Amino acid sequence: MAKRTVDVAVIGSGPGGLAAAIAAKKEGAGNVLVVERDVEMGGILLQCIHHGFGTEILGADLPGPAYAQRFEQEAISLGVETLLDTMVLDITPTRQIVAASESSGLLEVQARSIVLAMGCRERTRAQITLPGARPAGVYTAGMAQRFVNVEGFVPGRRIVILGSGDIGMIMARRLTFEGAKVARVVEIMPFLSGLMRNYVQCLLDFDIPLQLGHTISRIIGRRRVEAVEVVQVDDQWRPVPGTEEIIPCDTLLLSVGLIPENELSRNVGVALDPVTGGPYVDERFETTMPGIFAAGNVVHVYDLVDWVTEAGYVAGKHAARFAAGDRAGQLDYVRLEAGENVRYVVPHVLTRDQLPGESIKLQMRARQPIEKPVWVELRDGEKRLIRRAERYARPGEMLTLVLPERSYEDVRQAETLTVNVLER
Amino acid sequence: MAKTTELICVTCPMGCKLTVTHEGDTILGIEGNVCKRGEAYAQTELVDPRRMVATTVQVVGGVHPLVPVYTTAPIPKPLIFDLLSELRQVKLRAPILAGRVVLEDALGTGVTVLTSRDLPAAPG
Repeated sequence: MAKRTVDVAVIGSGPGGLAAAIAAKKEGAGNVLVVERDVEMGGILLQCIHHGFGTEILGADLPGPAYAQRFEQEAISLGVETLLDTMVLDITPTRQIVAASESSGLLEVQARSIVLAMGCRERTRAQITLPGARPAGVYTAGMAQRFVNVEGFVPGRRIVILGSGDIGMIMARRLTFEGAKVARVVEIMPFLSGLMRNYVQCLLDFDIPLQLGHTISRIIGRRRVEAVEVVQVDDQWRPVPGTEEIIPCDTLLLSVGLIPENELSRNVGVALDPVTGGPYVDERFETTMPGIFAAGNVVHVYDLVDWVTEAGYVAGKHAARFAAGDRAGQLDYVRLEAGENVRYVVPHVLTRDQLPGESIKLQMRARQPIEKPVWVELRDGEKRLIRRAERYARPGEMLTLVLPERSYEDVRQAETLTVNVLER
Repeated sequence: MAKTTELICVTCPMGCKLTVTHEGDTILGIEGNVCKRGEAYAQTELVDPRRMVATTVQVVGGVHPLVPVYTTAPIPKPLIFDLLSELRQVKLRAPILAGRVVLEDALGTGVTVLTSRDLPAAPG
């Protein structure tokens, strides 16, 4: 078996992994190795051919592949090494990576630190227990995106999409561009789950109807999808009898959420948050296993690739520092809790005495939408540390609270901090 | 007669809800935008709505049968499907570099269509 040693190993070459590799190199790591299972770098960005990437951190509105290529080129020019077409099979607590590729067979890499950047997966039909027949023509939206944008075929002519996530809406437009008819987008929640701009430019622009508070109760068809049955749901998500409607279609796309991909993390013993589906992390994106960091959608599913890149920078920088032996003894943590109307907040803990000399982003999701001005606040019991005004809070749009350096002393005094999203 | 139109700005992912007061094409006031781009968006959205377009064009001899392409500026909404038909006629030969001009002055709009990525030739 081929064996080698590196300072920082990054698993996955999507935006999180590329940013981590770049930051690790810039922080002075000697060997930085990115292991990618696909034959090319860039991850899912390669199939996201639409615009909207880079508006926050590059000041440019780029398509996904262009965004990926920019970071790929930077990584290569900094001397980041890559292993493509190579699948990581296992990680050990001592940070050995076992991988396999067709050309090299089994490989073993001993890393001083690891950045997990496996991204996320789509929820499938099985995870939403969709009843009915099991004909061909049921795909996840991302799978259809790969078919249309990379492999060059359109999965159907008349399409229904379940879920109003961004990928689903973007595919509604994309399939319309390719001559398919998108009969409807059906969303079980009483509100949109993706971004408003995608509702406007993907659905409204092409008169694609969106039906909120509805779901699909049955798939009809023997060999191929022939129709779906749509039904209204009550506030407990129970179908309302008598509201069933049959919509003829040959294809059903599912855009019903993303789950951080953590099979490797789980196997090595990284503790996972059941709410996010990703590892518990501190503000440096270190997991519960020393020297194993996590970057991007593997931690929690972000709204914007720009923020994935930023998270990757933080993880990569600290992975490089860990690799350089920059760690004195055990870390002491301050817990960060999701309080009122907050479903989760990342990071989960803050290091009491090792807070980096830079402001820290606390990113969270609201539990319920508030279509009124809100405060996003950080508290230590009765004491409010910081707050920020937002015009509204929506579960589909991540909220960010920046913890400035001047608040570090307050953090050090605290046992548990709480974030709340409250009406102003 | 002054009218009020509700718009959602699509310039960036913020998606500001704009309330535009206007008389015909003349804007009297805009509320709800967080930045200046919202004003520009409301101006054009009322008079000449435009959108960015991204699609794919055929490739011969590449690692993939398609290469993604995009407009560098928004084009008038009514021309989107004409642009797509025009791009369906294009066939490029690999290898292709990112930023290659696929259409210059597409449909006389002054907008350029570029490739989004490098596409190497298929081995063999």
